[in-house]
Amino acid sequence: MHLDHGTVPDAYQAYIGRKIGLILLLAIVLLAALLVAVSLGAARLPIADVARALVGAETSHQVEAIVWHIRLPQALAAMASGAGLAVAGAVMQSILRNPLGSPFTLGISHAAAFGAALSVMLLGSGTMSSTSAGAVSITNPYLTTGSAFVFSLLAAALIIAIARLRGATPEIMVLTGVALGALFTAGTMFLQFFADDVQLAAMVFWTFGDTARGSWPELLFITVVLAGCSVYFLLNCWNYNAIDTGDETAKGLGVRVDRLRLLGMLLASLLTAVIIAFLGIIGFIGLIVPHLVRRFIGSDHRFLLPASLLVGALLLLLSDTMARLILMPHVLPVSVLTAFLGAPAFFWLIIRRSNHR
Amino acid sequence: MSLAINNLAFAYNGSPILRQIDLAVAPGELLAILGPNGVGKTTLIKCLNTIHRPTAGTVLVENRNVLTMKTEEIGRHIGYVAQRTETARLTVFDAVLMGRKPHMGWRVARRDLKIVDGALSLLAMDRLALRFIDELSGGELQKVAIARALVQEPRLLLLDEPTASLDLKNQVTILSIIRRIVTEHRIAAVMTMHDLNSALRYGDRFCFLKDGRIHSVGSSAELTEKIIEDVYGVPVTIHRLDQQTVILPHHTNH
Repeated sequence: MHLDHGTVPDAYQAYIGRKIGLILLLAIVLLAALLVAVSLGAARLPIADVARALVGAETSHQVEAIVWHIRLPQALAAMASGAGLAVAGAVMQSILRNPLGSPFTLGISHAAAFGAALSVMLLGSGTMSSTSAGAVSITNPYLTTGSAFVFSLLAAALIIAIARLRGATPEIMVLTGVALGALFTAGTMFLQFFADDVQLAAMVFWTFGDTARGSWPELLFITVVLAGCSVYFLLNCWNYNAIDTGDETAKGLGVRVDRLRLLGMLLASLLTAVIIAFLGIIGFIGLIVPHLVRRFIGSDHRFLLPASLLVGALLLLLSDTMARLILMPHVLPVSVLTAFLGAPAFFWLIIRRSNHR
Repeated sequence: MSLAINNLAFAYNGSPILRQIDLAVAPGELLAILGPNGVGKTTLIKCLNTIHRPTAGTVLVENRNVLTMKTEEIGRHIGYVAQRTETARLTVFDAVLMGRKPHMGWRVARRDLKIVDGALSLLAMDRLALRFIDELSGGELQKVAIARALVQEPRLLLLDEPTASLDLKNQVTILSIIRRIVTEHRIAAVMTMHDLNSALRYGDRFCFLKDGRIHSVGSSAELTEKIIEDVYGVPVTIHRLDQQTVILPHHTNH
């Protein structure tokens, strides 16, 4: 059959051009937001000085220290984790064919919280000590991080194992995730009940997702995992589009649907697990950003995935900056703010959608 | 022959669904698979592009065994219009472009775009190219699914109930399009149907399934009232008009 006598329609080219333009614009806005975010804080730095410090030009030692040792790692941690949570959410929503797919709704966050609580309780990693900001901190963060990571991956592995056993359908994966979430929440409550007040404080403190916990080594680790997973996700953008039109159509186009679903689930969980383990639980970004992005760029994953990466990074960077400033000199963990912003944003999306239909 | 099915069988959880299926379809020929609900029509279609793996037999498309092909390769040989498709916030153009998936890597080539445009013109869908598929009517959506199968540049086209849930006008439009494409582009096509009269009007040959086996295969001239009664369990009268064979079921009391 010969159909290649057609022409490439200009209107379509222009449409694609607009999408690419929008993504470039988002990237520029993100860079500008980074400059502003790094300049804001207890000590207000001029943006020009920040820019000079970032490109390595000469500035005062004080500016350099604040930029490179305090604010930049935190801002980059916010960007990387926002991007990671958002893209993981977008992929989960596609492969699970469920608008509620996110690390939160699939029990992965709950498993991480349980892992952290367990390490505080049994491995003694949770002695409370006071920091200058007046918050509690965990004395052996790597033990807690490791335990949280292991348990969130365990949750993902259980979902995947049950899916392999009973068929990798979205329903089975979502229901398993919900059940696991409930189970790990119960486990955490059990541990909290028997914890002493110091341990309890450490457990609760851990669940507040806070980008200030990210320093350069953690940031590097998150970035490497984020880059690897994102490349895999982007290479599969057409496959996710195909899955959106139904499993059977996708299979007819040669997409290995079950494998794509399991591997996507595994990588999205891994990415989430790394972020949560290092920074704590940051809710709503993974759920809300893909929905938000779909509204203005559509559900074509060629554009949805990069835009989710950028908007996730931007949203968490802005939230993080706001959380640092809102109760100055006290610093609010960003997760408190994302939860406050996320719920109303979600209501708005639901109401807008029902008007639209 | 474009399609040759030899001694195909399919079982699900150990219970046989299809047995001893032998069929051949020539280029430009439209074969309709008919039979009562649950007899395995859709299962047979899905066995041909390995959405279901047959438990025995061979499926040859232009003398190559589909059952040993890689999934992408199957996508390059067999176009498939599923019974149900979901919609997403995708443009018609992109939804059809997806059919090029088995041929393209990550990057979309100009040829892919030209083929999509060609398919949309063939179905008179050009002006809808930038509409979102979640805003289309049932008939338009089915045209998108057909265009997507066509840009796969298939040698064999599989259509699972292409007119289910369409109104009369859309049924006629869709079946006329399928008929025209199959004839003009010399593609072999296999289509499942419920509506016997539509099938008889647009198909070349008709395969009736009963109890997971082929009951009979033949042209409309070879069709008898006994075949229909055997397969569906309903007495009928066949009226042969000039251009068209019409089946009228008798009134029953239950």
